[in-house]
Amino acid sequence: MENEVPLIKVTIDGQEIRVPAGTTIMEAARQIGPSVAPPAMCYYKPLQGSGGKCRACLVKVSAGSEKDPRPMPKLVASCITGAQDGMVVENFTSPEVVEARKGVVEFLLINHPLDCPVCDQAGECHLQDFAFENGVGEKRFVEEKRTFEPEDIGDKVQLHMNRCILCYRCVYTANQLTEKRVHGVMGRGDHAQISTYIKNSLESDFYGNVIDVCPVGALTDKTYRFKSRVWFSKPVDAHCDCEKCSGKVQVWYKGDEVIRVTARKNQWGEVEDFICNTCRFDRKKTSDWVIEGPSKVARNSVIAQNKYGLNQGKKPEFALNYAATNFKGIDDARDYNQNLDQIKKSEDYKALMQKNDKFFSKEKSLK
Amino acid sequence: MANDIKILTEHINIPGIETFEVYRKAGGYNAVEKAIKKMSPEEIVEEVKKSGIRGRGGAGFPMGMKWSFLAKPEGVPRYLVCNADESEPGTFKDHYLMKNLPHLLIEGMIVSSFALGANKSFIYVRGELMYVVRILEKAIEEAKAAGFLGKNILGSGYDLELVVQPGGGAYICGEETALLESLEGKRGNPRNKPPFPAVKGLYQSPTVVNNVESIANTPWVINHGGEEYAKIGIGRSTGTKLISASGHIKNPGVYEITLGLPVDEFMNSDQYLGGIRDGHYLKAVVAGGSSVPILPANLFYKTANGEDRLMSYESLSDGGFPTGTMLGSGGFIAMDETTCIVRNTWNFSRFYHHESCGQCSPCREGTGWMEKVLHRIEHGHGTMSDIDLLVDVAKKIEGNTICPLGDAAAWPVASAIRHFRDEFEWHIKHPNEATKLGAVYMGAEILA
Repeated sequence: MENEVPLIKVTIDGQEIRVPAGTTIMEAARQIGPSVAPPAMCYYKPLQGSGGKCRACLVKVSAGSEKDPRPMPKLVASCITGAQDGMVVENFTSPEVVEARKGVVEFLLINHPLDCPVCDQAGECHLQDFAFENGVGEKRFVEEKRTFEPEDIGDKVQLHMNRCILCYRCVYTANQLTEKRVHGVMGRGDHAQISTYIKNSLESDFYGNVIDVCPVGALTDKTYRFKSRVWFSKPVDAHCDCEKCSGKVQVWYKGDEVIRVTARKNQWGEVEDFICNTCRFDRKKTSDWVIEGPSKVARNSVIAQNKYGLNQGKKPEFALNYAATNFKGIDDARDYNQNLDQIKKSEDYKALMQKNDKFFSKEKSLK
Repeated sequence: MANDIKILTEHINIPGIETFEVYRKAGGYNAVEKAIKKMSPEEIVEEVKKSGIRGRGGAGFPMGMKWSFLAKPEGVPRYLVCNADESEPGTFKDHYLMKNLPHLLIEGMIVSSFALGANKSFIYVRGELMYVVRILEKAIEEAKAAGFLGKNILGSGYDLELVVQPGGGAYICGEETALLESLEGKRGNPRNKPPFPAVKGLYQSPTVVNNVESIANTPWVINHGGEEYAKIGIGRSTGTKLISASGHIKNPGVYEITLGLPVDEFMNSDQYLGGIRDGHYLKAVVAGGSSVPILPANLFYKTANGEDRLMSYESLSDGGFPTGTMLGSGGFIAMDETTCIVRNTWNFSRFYHHESCGQCSPCREGTGWMEKVLHRIEHGHGTMSDIDLLVDVAKKIEGNTICPLGDAAAWPVASAIRHFRDEFEWHIKHPNEATKLGAVYMGAEILA
C-alpha cells in the first residue's frame, strides 16, 4: 500500500487502541465506544474546522507520548488535540475532568432558557443529554438571564437565539455547503448572537441543514413547529431520486402522516449526508419516498419509548386499575344534593368569591 | 545598583526625536546598517537568544526562543507582526513609546524582519490610537525616503514592506492568534493551538508576533551585543522594562527600570513613584496590568521567604499565586486605603465580561456570571455563599479556555478573595454601610 500511515497506540480510560497517526483523541475514543467517548457540543466531524469551543470534551492527558511521558499541564480539548504514540488519556476516570465538565454544563445552562417543555428539540437535544449525563441537578445562578429579541432569518427556519450555545456549527455549515453565507455571529461575549446582517434571510438549496447541525433548539424547522413531540413520532429510513443531494433521509411519521424529514444521523448525532431543501421541506408525502425500514434508535433514547407502540396500551390500563381499586375508598357519606342557595351561603363559597374579586381587580389595574 | 541604564528611552527628551533627521543624528538606524551590512540573519537570532530578552507583552516568553521556533519551509513567505494592540487596563507603555519614538519601533521592525527573513511586516495598532497610526505612517514614509525601507534596503537586495494596520478596538485582538485573525480581516476569535503561529500563522504562513517593547529592544541588542544586554538586569530577567505606573502615587507615568530594582526603591524613591500620596497608606498593588493577581501591601514588599521583593519576573511570581503575582505587561496600579477592593474587582470583572469574545463557553458565560455576582455584592445584595461561588466559578474558568483571557478574568477575582476575604464578608454583612458613597472597609491590614 502506498502512503501507509503508521499506527499509534493510545490508552483512553485504561482501554488501548491503535489508530492511524494524526487521529484526534476524540476520534480514537469514539472508535473504542460510547463508554469512553467524550461528549461534544460544538465538534462536528463532517464540518471542517469545527471544535474546540464548547470545552465539553476536555480530557486529562496524564502522559504526553512514548518519547515525552510528561503530563500536559492543562486539560485539553480532545476534539482538536492530536493523539501521540503512547499517550495516556483520562476521561471519565479523572475527577478533575468530571469537575471541569460539571462546570461546562453549568456555564452552558446559565443563559439557556430551559424551556424544554415547549421546545421542538426536546428529546433529541444534545444539551439535554449532556446536562443529564454530566451535570449537577441544582443551579446556583440566580441573576437575570440574557435574552434576545426574536428575529426572522428565513421562511423555513426559526431562530430562537435565547437557546443558542454559540457552537458555530451553523456558521461552518453555511460556509462549507452554501455559496454565500449571510448569517454569522454578531457582537461578542455572552451578548454575541447568531444573526443575519441587515435583516437578510437564508437563501440557498442547502440552508436547511443548519437545523440538523444545531445541537439545541436554536434553529428549528418552521414546517414542523409545534406539530408533535419528538418521542411521539417514528423515524424510518427512506430515500428518493434527488438531483441535488443523495436523497438519503429519515422520514418522521406520526400515525400515517409525514411530519418532517431530516438527514440521517449516526451514533454521535452527526449527519451522514447533508440533504437539500426540497427533500427536507417539500416532500411530505409517503409517495415521495421509497421506505427502507425503521431507523435504528438508541435504546436509551426517549424516541425509542413509543417507537413500536408497546407501551401505549399499558398506561390507560394502569390508570383504570388504579381508579377501580381506589373507587371503593371514596367517602360516600357526603351530602351530594345541596341546592345552589345553600352553597352560596356557605363560608367556603364567600371566601372563594372574595379571592376572585381581588384577583380580577388586580388584573384590571394592571391593564 | 546601576539603575540609570536607559535602553529605550535614552533619547526621548531630545526635541524633535520623532522626525527622521533628529533620530538619525542621535545614532538611530545604526543597527539597521550594522545588521544588514555586517551580520547574517542567523547571527542576529543568535544575539537575541544570548540577550535573554523576554517577551514584554505579558507572558514573558524568551524572544530568541520564539524566533528560533519559526518554521522555514521553502516557497512560503514568513511574516513578522508587531502587537501594538495594547489594551490592558493600567498599561500604557507601548502608546508612550510609539508616540514619542516611532523610529525606534521601525528600526526594530527592520532589524527583526531581516533576522526572520520576512519581506512584509505588520504593525497592528489599537484602533483607538488613530493619531499614533498617523505618526507611524509618517515615520515609515521618512524611513522609505532615506532608503531604510522598501526595495533593496541599503543596496543589500533585501526588500521590506511595513504596513500599519489599526485594529477595530477589541481587547481580545491583543491575543496573538486573535490578532492574526483580525489582521486577515476576520472576526477576532482566538485560534485553537496547536498549530502555533510559528508554524501556521498569518495567511497560514509561519509568523512571529512580538510586542512593541520587545521589538524596540532589538536595535540596542544589535548595536551592543546580546551578551552586553544580558549583563543588565537580574538572573533570567535581563534588560530593562517600561513600567506604566498609575493609581494613588505621587508621580504617575512611564518609567524605564532595570529589572531587579527593589520594589521598595521603585515605590518610594523620588526618582520613581515617590510613594503613596500624602496622608495615605498603601493597601494593595496590581503589579502588571489588570489581569494579574492583586497583592496586599504586606505581601508586596516581602516575598514568601521574607526576602525583599524585586521588580523582576521571578521575584514577583515568587511562591506561585498564593503569595505572588506577575510582572505581566508592566501596568503598575497602586491603591491606597480609600480603595474599595470589591468595587475594584467588580470593575475589572466588568471589563472582562465586556471584552470576552464569546467563543468558548467557560469564558463567555463565566465572566458575565462573575460580574453579576460582584455587582450584587457591591450593591448590598450579596449572600455569604456568593464568595465561595465566585472562587468556584473562577476555578472552573481558569485553564479551561482557548486563550488566556479566561485566566486573566479569573485571576483578579480569585486573588482578591484570597487576600481580602474579610472585606467581601463585610460588604455582605453590612450592606447598608457598604453601599454608602465612599464607604471603605478599614479593617484590612495596612502597612505604613
